[in-house]
Amino acid sequence: MAQSFITEAIPRPPHDLAHEDEFVQERHQTWRKFKRHRLALTGATVLILLTLGAVFAPWLSHFDPNAIDAHWTGSPLAPGQFGHWIGTDEIGRDLYTRILFGARISLTLAVSAVIIEVLLGTFMGAVAGYYGGIVDSLLMRVTDTFLSIPLLPLLLVLTGIVAANTSKASLNFASIVLIIAALSWMFVARLVRGAFLSLREKEFAEAARAIGSGDARIVLRHLLPNAVGPITVQATLDVGNVILLESALSYLGFGIQPPTASWGSMLANAQENISIAPWAAIYPGLAILITVLAVNYMGDGLRDALDPNIQ
Amino acid sequence: MLNYTIRRLIQAIPLLILISIILFTILHFMPGGPLAPYMQNPHITAADIERLKHNFGLDRPVYIQYFSWLGKYITGDWGWSTMNSTPAKEAILERLPATLELMSASLVVAIVFGLIFGIIAAVKPYSLIDYFVTTFAFFGFSMPVFWFALMLQMLFAVQGIHLQAFGYAFDFNTPSAGMTSTEGGDFVDRLRHLILPVATLSFLNLATWSRFMRASMQEVLHTEYMRTAAAKGLPFLTILFKHGLKNALMPVVTITALSLPALFGGAIITETIFAWPGMGRLFITALQQQDFSLLMAYLVLSAGLVVLFNLLADLAYGWLDPRVKYD
Repeated sequence: MAQSFITEAIPRPPHDLAHEDEFVQERHQTWRKFKRHRLALTGATVLILLTLGAVFAPWLSHFDPNAIDAHWTGSPLAPGQFGHWIGTDEIGRDLYTRILFGARISLTLAVSAVIIEVLLGTFMGAVAGYYGGIVDSLLMRVTDTFLSIPLLPLLLVLTGIVAANTSKASLNFASIVLIIAALSWMFVARLVRGAFLSLREKEFAEAARAIGSGDARIVLRHLLPNAVGPITVQATLDVGNVILLESALSYLGFGIQPPTASWGSMLANAQENISIAPWAAIYPGLAILITVLAVNYMGDGLRDALDPNIQ
Repeated sequence: MLNYTIRRLIQAIPLLILISIILFTILHFMPGGPLAPYMQNPHITAADIERLKHNFGLDRPVYIQYFSWLGKYITGDWGWSTMNSTPAKEAILERLPATLELMSASLVVAIVFGLIFGIIAAVKPYSLIDYFVTTFAFFGFSMPVFWFALMLQMLFAVQGIHLQAFGYAFDFNTPSAGMTSTEGGDFVDRLRHLILPVATLSFLNLATWSRFMRASMQEVLHTEYMRTAAAKGLPFLTILFKHGLKNALMPVVTITALSLPALFGGAIITETIFAWPGMGRLFITALQQQDFSLLMAYLVLSAGLVVLFNLLADLAYGWLDPRVKYD
């Protein structure tokens, strides 16, 4: 009784780095809960395999992703022909190899866009939630504005304009990452703001303020660690969304430009050839679906694992 | 209520203005701006461009151009569509009904089936149908829309489904493009043309909403007023629909309004794949042709519709939940 009174009387952040043991223990618990979610574990495994496949792509296939098969005579080669496991696309390039190399583009693009997006969203949300008042309402107005503009059309317009302004006809990887990140930080911002609005009123934040900690220290050392859970979940789910967004963009011809293999651009020509080469339409899309499904299941598992209310 | 509606309408105005400023600024970075289509024309010299710039007032400061655009947009002058050689407003409004037809049909399908799936899953948790709904939902928001459309096209339009069951042969072959057949155009024909695009566009929302409906209905099922209703001896279906559904619908209304921006994106893809003569396809062409006025008109109109529906959702919330007081 006396002990619990003392611990209650001295408020401290649940995730204070000073309490290393508790932190490690909690991490163990998170992993234990995540392991229980079988689909999440499957999703994580699929993603690890996919990452390995993307990294070791040149060693996993003896075809060049951009080379046209010598046997190609104008119509796509069917699965099994001349060593092409799942056939070739309409100009005789090996589909399996292009999907492997496409994974490099899709995964790195999505992860880098999400890292930038999370940094931006966290900054916006932290400032709005911590300071409140006029800063908060101003930043949330901006967030609302961006949320009201349909994302895909705006994304298409921006990529179109950036492509037209750069001397090259095509958009490069970095600009697509930046454009996607610039248009998708809003959900993270809202999330962080909501968390900070309640966290800043907590006793440990007050205690930190009382001993004279500066704003930056309170935000980074005391508030942010307590919001990491929901941010991680949102970031994971956003990786899936960005993969979908990039593939749609490339499919419509505004994203990754040929001859670079990206899952979306591989499908761009599939529609015209769908009756003669259904495989060229099936497999790249299947790769997108499986990857995003794996990401979403992993995000679901993380949500359960990081939720302190679920034991 | 009336006061609240008016206040919300007034609050929407700065939002719309902010949206239009952002869009105007972005489009301003288009090389050549509204004159972009003329830049590539070899018959138009640099001197011509300068003259056109002056005539259209494009040599004025950007903020003056913005106010001039705003004044005209409000009074119904949406600029000139360079690719159609018609007023942009005419070009957009001509395509609006097709998009609205597609979107509203998809919304109705998604809401009806989403509610049915969600309610069944909530009433029978951890049953086979519940697992089906959950799995379906995950596929729904992991699905690349354009690929789903391609697969539907491949299965139901290119190859056609031929089923033999119970001694009957079913041939299922839907049209893969357009709103009507060239010779047709009656109600059944239009309905047949709607099947695949609507299936594509409603898939994502159907999946998401059935999951939300399940969560929301489950919460309501465990409330005390539901137990009271059951204790009064009311039949289960009466309790479920009269007491349960109305309360469970509240969060779903918000979700519906929030998913509208994504619906515009989905419509662009769906219309492109199924050659649906709507605004989304017009937008893609306008983008390729750098039709400034048309792009601006489309973006402002779609954002405006999003703002409007968010407002309607808030009002509907008040109607569904009498605890919410507007004053």
